Amino acid sequence: MMAPLFSSKLLIVLLFGTLFGLILGVLPGLGPTTGGALILPFTMTLDPLSAIVLLTSIYCAGTYGGAITAVLINTPGTPAAAATCLDGYPLAQKGEAGRALGMATVSSTVGGIFSVIVLVFFAPVLAKLAYEFGQPEYFALAIFGLTMLASIGEGSPIKNLIAGAFGILISTIGKDFMTSIDRFTYGINELSVGIGFIPVVVGLFAISEMLTQSTLLDQVFKRVALKAVKLPSLDDYKKTWKTILRSSGIGSFIGVLPAEGGTVASLIGYSEAKRFSKEPEEFGKGSIEGIAGAEAANNAATGGAMVPTLALGIPGSATTAVILTGLIIHGVRPGPDLFREQPDFLYGIFGAMLIANILFFIFGFFGAKLFARITLVPNKILWPMIFAVSVCGTYSLSQSIIDVWIMLFFGVLGFFMRRYGFSVVPVIIGLILGELVEGTLRQSLVIFDGNWLMFLTRPIALTFFILSLIALAFPLLRSKKQKN
Amino acid sequence: MNNVQNKKRANKSLPFFFKDEFKVFFVIIFFSTILLISTFTFDKVPPILNRGIQPATFPKGLLVLIMFLTTIIYYLSFKNPWKKEKKLPKPFFLTILSFILFVVISKSLDFFLAISVLSIFVSYNWGERRVFYLLLVGIIFPLVVFIFFEMILGLRFPPGIITNLYYY
Repeated sequence: MMAPLFSSKLLIVLLFGTLFGLILGVLPGLGPTTGGALILPFTMTLDPLSAIVLLTSIYCAGTYGGAITAVLINTPGTPAAAATCLDGYPLAQKGEAGRALGMATVSSTVGGIFSVIVLVFFAPVLAKLAYEFGQPEYFALAIFGLTMLASIGEGSPIKNLIAGAFGILISTIGKDFMTSIDRFTYGINELSVGIGFIPVVVGLFAISEMLTQSTLLDQVFKRVALKAVKLPSLDDYKKTWKTILRSSGIGSFIGVLPAEGGTVASLIGYSEAKRFSKEPEEFGKGSIEGIAGAEAANNAATGGAMVPTLALGIPGSATTAVILTGLIIHGVRPGPDLFREQPDFLYGIFGAMLIANILFFIFGFFGAKLFARITLVPNKILWPMIFAVSVCGTYSLSQSIIDVWIMLFFGVLGFFMRRYGFSVVPVIIGLILGELVEGTLRQSLVIFDGNWLMFLTRPIALTFFILSLIALAFPLLRSKKQKN
Repeated sequence: MNNVQNKKRANKSLPFFFKDEFKVFFVIIFFSTILLISTFTFDKVPPILNRGIQPATFPKGLLVLIMFLTTIIYYLSFKNPWKKEKKLPKPFFLTILSFILFVVISKSLDFFLAISVLSIFVSYNWGERRVFYLLLVGIIFPLVVFIFFEMILGLRFPPGIITNLYYY
């Protein structure tokens, strides 16, 4: 499994990816999604395996890195670390920042490794199942993915659905892939090839975050001092091992579902840790179980989210959407054939994720103090620099200035979307699934001779449609239950 | 309790078209309508070549879905009004202005110059006054990025008054 990784080049890529991911995770507002999108142009100089190893190591380390900021400055470095703030910061305020970070590091590593095992065993099974899928099944699956995203993603499900539909709408810009008829191009030649994924991702994540930061200039962060990261004591292990295992399972499962990956997983992992705890009253005041529950879950979601990405070509989170783009750019087509034709490539990815989890444990344990200092870089210096990299990175993929303007447009749009409670993640997933949704729908209708009811005669497709309906009904039932 | 009541009263006193809920509803419906109208101008595939649905049908369906869902969230906002957002501060508008400056300068003068101007403009307006740091973000760092992309990725940046000095 590890054989392809025993080359100095891949190990250097892994080391760089893990370090870069940690830095991205530590910096509030950045994260593995933005970082992955920014580094995507650079991966063009690498072979496909090195490129994907780089992106996956950024994903694993970036997800963990958010915990350092969450514990020390009460600001999640990544959205997935939001639940870690709840107990990490209070514990740090009690003078136990080292203990809090130690638990975050251990539970993240266990969660991450657990999810890689899930990935190794579950992805091939799912890929085999996908051989049974035809166009109608893929259409139903994509719809299920989008409804799940709307249902269990952050914020209002209806707003998430609007954002997802908007993402699919963006994918229709340009020449229709079946008939070559121009759609929404308005005579602009550059638009006939469609809107690229990178300008949209960088705009929605990096540029919109830059605008958000411009509204928070008067915010002062109080950083808690950190002497050294401490490994959890035997008592802490006894108290948390069940929580870590439970959250690892929850995170892996949530990761497999096409939703917001780590963010949702950590919130569920945290609330389940509280539900099963003998000391639920300690949650929010510095509970070590709270940190373990949230961190094991968000890192477990990384491997989980890679399952549908590799087996079906359907991203399980925003960052895996970037990884999926990386795969496509490098000519690797995810899906069942990938498992049959390029097993070495896949084992390389699995092995890289496993090593990345061990590497961030080492870096996190010995270097958290150093990484925490990165948060001292003032925004007035950091963000203009990020802007320069964003602009050059976006321009570099197709060497088009229009792409840079599209990035700015989506930056402004993303800011207002977030301001009014629309998550930007469904836009990204919608954009990447758009062609699949439309293509499979239209091809299915050709197969069915235009009869929509024929979808119901396909058992797998019907199952996905029923699951989609359940996913849509779930928020209604949840709010009713909450009212009661 | 009093604060909540005052806030509710303050929200009620606003005419509906000043409320965030209506603004968002209006913007989405307005642009969706324009896009929906434009789908009627798409070319049609002759019936003999048409397989499945027309190219305009799918985007039409999406736009109708977006408009329908937007109407639902607006309707729901009568029962549960949205949280009132804070007023946007001056640096936000200056950052937007810097984006406009970037577009104008990159189109008319130079791509690299546009990055430099934006970086210095943003950094200054966000409170940086030290000349060294302004030069760092405005000249040194963009130059490093420019050379890095040029040499590592073999990228050719668009011509302009400064970029031409490098290439010729």
